[in-house]
Amino acid sequence: MGERPIAARASDLVKEFDGKRAVDGVSLTIPEGSITGILGPNGAGKTTCLRMMLGIIDPSSGTRSLLGHDRPIEVAHQVGYLPEERGLYPAMPAAEALAFMGALRGLPIKESRRRAKELLHSRGHDDWAKRPIRTLSKGMAQTVQLLGTIIHRPKLIVLDEPFAGLDAINQGKLEQLIRDQAAAGVTVIFSTHVIAHAERLCERVVIIAEGQSVFEGAVDDARGRLRPIVHLRTRAEDGPWRAALPASAQKVGGEWRFELPASGPEPLLKALIDGKAGIETLSIERPGLHDAFIAIAGEAVAREMGHAPQQEEMA
Amino acid sequence: MKLPETIRAAFVIARRDFTATVLSKTFLLFLLGPLFPLALGMGMVGIGAQVDRNAKEPPVAVISTVQDFQRLQAARERLSPLADATQLVELRYVKPEADLASQRTRLLDDDGNPVIAVLDGGFGHPKLTGAVTSRGRTSREVNLIVDEARRMAVQPPMLSLPVELVPTTDTSGLKAFSRSMTGRIGQALLFVLTILLAGMLLSQLIEEKSSKVIEVLAAAVPIDAIFLGKLFAMLATSLTGIAMWALAGAIAVGGLVSGGISGLPQPAVGWPAFISLILIYFSMSYLLIGATFLGIGAHASTAREVQILSMPVTMAQLVLFGFASLAVGRPNSSEAIAAAIFPLSSPFAMIARAAELPGIWPHLVALVWQAAWVAVILRIAGAVFRRSVLKSGKSRRRWWKRKPA
Repeated sequence: MGERPIAARASDLVKEFDGKRAVDGVSLTIPEGSITGILGPNGAGKTTCLRMMLGIIDPSSGTRSLLGHDRPIEVAHQVGYLPEERGLYPAMPAAEALAFMGALRGLPIKESRRRAKELLHSRGHDDWAKRPIRTLSKGMAQTVQLLGTIIHRPKLIVLDEPFAGLDAINQGKLEQLIRDQAAAGVTVIFSTHVIAHAERLCERVVIIAEGQSVFEGAVDDARGRLRPIVHLRTRAEDGPWRAALPASAQKVGGEWRFELPASGPEPLLKALIDGKAGIETLSIERPGLHDAFIAIAGEAVAREMGHAPQQEEMA
Repeated sequence: MKLPETIRAAFVIARRDFTATVLSKTFLLFLLGPLFPLALGMGMVGIGAQVDRNAKEPPVAVISTVQDFQRLQAARERLSPLADATQLVELRYVKPEADLASQRTRLLDDDGNPVIAVLDGGFGHPKLTGAVTSRGRTSREVNLIVDEARRMAVQPPMLSLPVELVPTTDTSGLKAFSRSMTGRIGQALLFVLTILLAGMLLSQLIEEKSSKVIEVLAAAVPIDAIFLGKLFAMLATSLTGIAMWALAGAIAVGGLVSGGISGLPQPAVGWPAFISLILIYFSMSYLLIGATFLGIGAHASTAREVQILSMPVTMAQLVLFGFASLAVGRPNSSEAIAAAIFPLSSPFAMIARAAELPGIWPHLVALVWQAAWVAVILRIAGAVFRRSVLKSGKSRRRWWKRKPA
């Protein structure tokens, strides 16, 4: 993370609804100018966590700060937010809806209207300006709301499941918009349960499971939680080389699969050659964020449910 | 967040709500709303008049000499001013025939020229035969006409001047009556409008909660700004509606009532002050009840829940309205003073007072008192709204929901 200033910070956030804990001790630190993904299974508490960070709801306990302020509403003019459940007035024309969202975030209404037209024009959507929201498709309405999130040129953007409901083309456009914002120095936080988006966009991830933050750090650090997987095909069926394979090694089809031993690839390779394995192919696969997420979130879920992690059971 | 930002944000929300409501088709319906009961009322009056015309009683056939009939007619004309709305029974002359009994039967059976009864026998032995009873209207009126005709024969009317009329613009009795009527109309107007608009406010909030716009608002501005923005937008909408109704009403009064608005019974404080007080008391009443309804609306997530929750409040309002109506006609009674002191009934009680008693200072005192309560209720309702609208603040189980297992 280095010496970068902090855009958002949460410490031991807890939220109870009707006696049930939706969030149970989330802590996170988001550096300025970063793209951070909040990952977690459905119902993990991502949205509640974001709503607490933004000050939409107050935490039952714990503290949070946004752009250096303990009361997030005080910096609302510098924050953009796209809620998970999109909300726009159905009868409002698109340009007016954008202008309204800008005015809510502190822009004078005239300036807000000017920027609304400018935003729609820059994306080739001039024809949407006078159309009521109810006449737009779901994807178009979502685009309008997304533009409303950035109309006031915020320093921090929070997007809750922004890719949900978008087709592949619009997902690509949204990814580019997020990259453009980050390139302009804007801090972007988005929640998702689709790991591929996070892997392509994020430099940092926070994994939330069962209401708790179970991992926070760089994407590479998350991947580093898992050992690389070795895929090995040999001519010899048996021999002294088998002693080089860990006990957890499994044979799938004609291929051995096992975690790379802690000693690294070189001693393994030497042992296989010396043991006359007759190596046909050997590849080392670096785990993806998806695998890391399943392992980390799965462990937390299993812990919460009082079970041993799934991988250990398999071993 | 500082107060000016809350006010700025409230203004942004109020402006949106106001323009969205006033420029919608439903606002036109809202403006036309009062026309429906008026049209219905006028329609009923028209139908009533038609029914009355159609139901006019057939005449009584009078078998007599021409002289006797003329005396009866003269008597009927003398008595007719006593029967204002409903005319006295009509008389039709029939020349006597030799066989009186068969003539009588024939007249009663004649469908072409129906009569309700037949009067014969002269003034000596008048006899009324037909569909009449001794206490019925026809027989009583015929008796009256015959008596008057007899009296006129014995004592002809003196030649004298008619009673001289000296019309005055007002009497204390008429003034008191018309002022109490103005008070009652003012109270009813205030009550109906307040309940109507508070209900509209509530349904608008529910719509926003279900369309999730509320989350966008809550992330951008303080919850207090949403609360105040919505409340004042509906107040502005209703004042716009009232202004348009007042304009239409003034035009109608100018056209229909001779002397325009000055032809209407003057409230004790005078028309300009009374109209101003109606607007101010309406605003107070709306803010008190609207804030309460918004607090309720924040708890509910469906229209059904709103109905369940707002029912007791509406009932309580009816009771308060009944309480305040005790003040009409007795503005200095202990009931009237109690109704003026109790904050939720105070606007209703005071508007009745404005119609009946002159003097502005009690209204200034009442307005200060009501404003203080508006501030208190806005604060409480705002806190409830803040706590409930997005399940914020410390969690609290809803009283009507079962405890989680």
